[in-house]
Amino acid sequence: MAHIVMRDVQKRFGNVEVIPGASLEIKDNEFVVFVGPSGCGKSTLLRLLAGLEDLTAGAIEIDGERVDHLSPSRRGLAMVFQSYALYPHMTVRENMSYALRVARTPKAEVEAKVREAAEILQLTEYLDRKPKALSGGQRQRVAIGRAIVRDPKVFLFDEPLSNLDAKLRVQMRIEITKLHRRLKATMIYVTHDQIEAMTMADKIVVLNEGRIEQMGAPLDLYNDPDNKFVAGFIGSPAMNFFDGTVTARDDAALTVELSDKTKVVYPCANPGQAGVGDAVTLGVRPENFHFDGGDEPAIKGEVYAVERLGGETYLYLQSTAGHETVVHAVGDHEVAVGDQVAVNFNPARNHLFDPQGRTIR
Amino acid sequence: MQTAKQKNSSLDRVLIQIFLIGNAIIMLYPILMMALSGFKTNAEIFTRPFGMPSSFNLDNFKVIWTQTDVPRYLINSAIVTGFSVLFLLVMGTMAAYALSRYRWRGSIMVSLFFLSGLMLPLRLAIIPLFIQLKAMGLTDNPLGLIAIYTAMSLPATVFILTGFLRSLPAELEDSARIDGASELRIMVQIMTPLISPALVIAGIYNAVPIWNDFFFPLIFIQSPEWKTLAQGLTQFFGEYSINYGVLYAGLTLAALPIVVIFIAQSRRFIAGMTAGAIK
Repeated sequence: MAHIVMRDVQKRFGNVEVIPGASLEIKDNEFVVFVGPSGCGKSTLLRLLAGLEDLTAGAIEIDGERVDHLSPSRRGLAMVFQSYALYPHMTVRENMSYALRVARTPKAEVEAKVREAAEILQLTEYLDRKPKALSGGQRQRVAIGRAIVRDPKVFLFDEPLSNLDAKLRVQMRIEITKLHRRLKATMIYVTHDQIEAMTMADKIVVLNEGRIEQMGAPLDLYNDPDNKFVAGFIGSPAMNFFDGTVTARDDAALTVELSDKTKVVYPCANPGQAGVGDAVTLGVRPENFHFDGGDEPAIKGEVYAVERLGGETYLYLQSTAGHETVVHAVGDHEVAVGDQVAVNFNPARNHLFDPQGRTIR
Repeated sequence: MQTAKQKNSSLDRVLIQIFLIGNAIIMLYPILMMALSGFKTNAEIFTRPFGMPSSFNLDNFKVIWTQTDVPRYLINSAIVTGFSVLFLLVMGTMAAYALSRYRWRGSIMVSLFFLSGLMLPLRLAIIPLFIQLKAMGLTDNPLGLIAIYTAMSLPATVFILTGFLRSLPAELEDSARIDGASELRIMVQIMTPLISPALVIAGIYNAVPIWNDFFFPLIFIQSPEWKTLAQGLTQFFGEYSINYGVLYAGLTLAALPIVVIFIAQSRRFIAGMTAGAIK
């Protein structure tokens, strides 16, 4: 059981404000992913929660009890680090049991807990090895095992998979998700990889320059981003953006003219958020383009790169609207570099952002 | 082109080997002569100074062991060197740990203070040092020697250990803090074992000059029962002024403990010397 509340948490290193003020709530048993570009403060936020950094202002509560003055070990959480941070001179068994031995847990209980964790993580045969005799994936599992034996209320992961190769990363992603279901613990996971965020999270917290841009379920963020930053960050390949100007407005739609004179009628509930003449940005996801033609507006351009993967094709266009545009198409398309193509999109499924970058809904 | 390069590199290697072998001979020859002379009689030393001894009998060593105070000196030297190295490693590790792992006001001043100790030859301050130790009642007392050696060796020890401790990743500390370890426990159980090569380097680097030191025991120790080896061996120049065989046997015994320690720890010593070179 762990219900975490962070209230206006602030962190300053000298004159540098890293977290100007973040508030969020994490429910029991939730898998929350902090995601954002490097330097956005996601690791700092995790370290504040862990107690490895002191708060400049604000409060952190776990299960209604304020913990921001407690030492890291008394907050009831365990952390897995990017570099694993295994003690190199100790065996896997000693690494996993260290916290329990520090807490003077009876030997039999320590042994039982280490065995159980080792079994969950398939580490039993490596218990007497030193970390240097293990592969990257095994080291990562030991780091997770070290967290499991402590039976924490909250697991913290700080970019735990970034040192692994691509295949192992996919595998460990699934293992961690399974572990979450099995242990029924609250997990907070920091990554800059939005695929990890999308696939693992119950809730994603998108951070930028120390501020929380948006939080919510992965597909809510994908389908309904609050602003241009979240729209551009969530989704891979990233959303295409086209600069345009509002040329007309009625009760339920805005008409936007792109720089190549393409007119797009964007249906929305609050057209009042932008006025005629405003510079706005249209966002189109690569997967929202299609080749079906019809009346829908089109982006025209010259293909400068093609990635044909068999089941799907990525086209890279230099569009007449003046932007490099990525198009994702299902299936194999025989398009060659240098071809002129036009791809259509459904305006209702796209996003429009006002001059401040906020979504016009 | 490739083969020319390879030939070149193998020639390089031969030249380097020749140089290293020559170097080893120059280093080992005097030690070998000393050890061999320990088995010779006085007459043999003067008739065939560079030859092999006629027999490997242990007469000279027996004389040393039974008729002189060398065994006592050996014990005294071991006590003085052992405790000095122990204290300087413990204190040096703690000081280096504080300087390298924590940020605090004045830490730069303290590290400069230690560094300045590297530049001051302690022997220059012998008179004030003598007055100070006399006032503390530490003259003619092995504790006085231990105190001087510990203080004298701290700057270099702190200098060596700080570099090693700085190179350890901060995440290890964070991890141990989350595991509930206190700062002292993190230092003793997590960080210090990881710098054991550096401890061996610092230990040997300081133990050799302390073991061999002649100057401070000469000034601070008067009673025969507290004399150290280097100082004690001088008695042979008086009592056995002609018996070089016994003198060489004594010198061999004096050098032996350090040689043994060095050989036993050489692997760690070399590991420490080259640490960081291939990372």
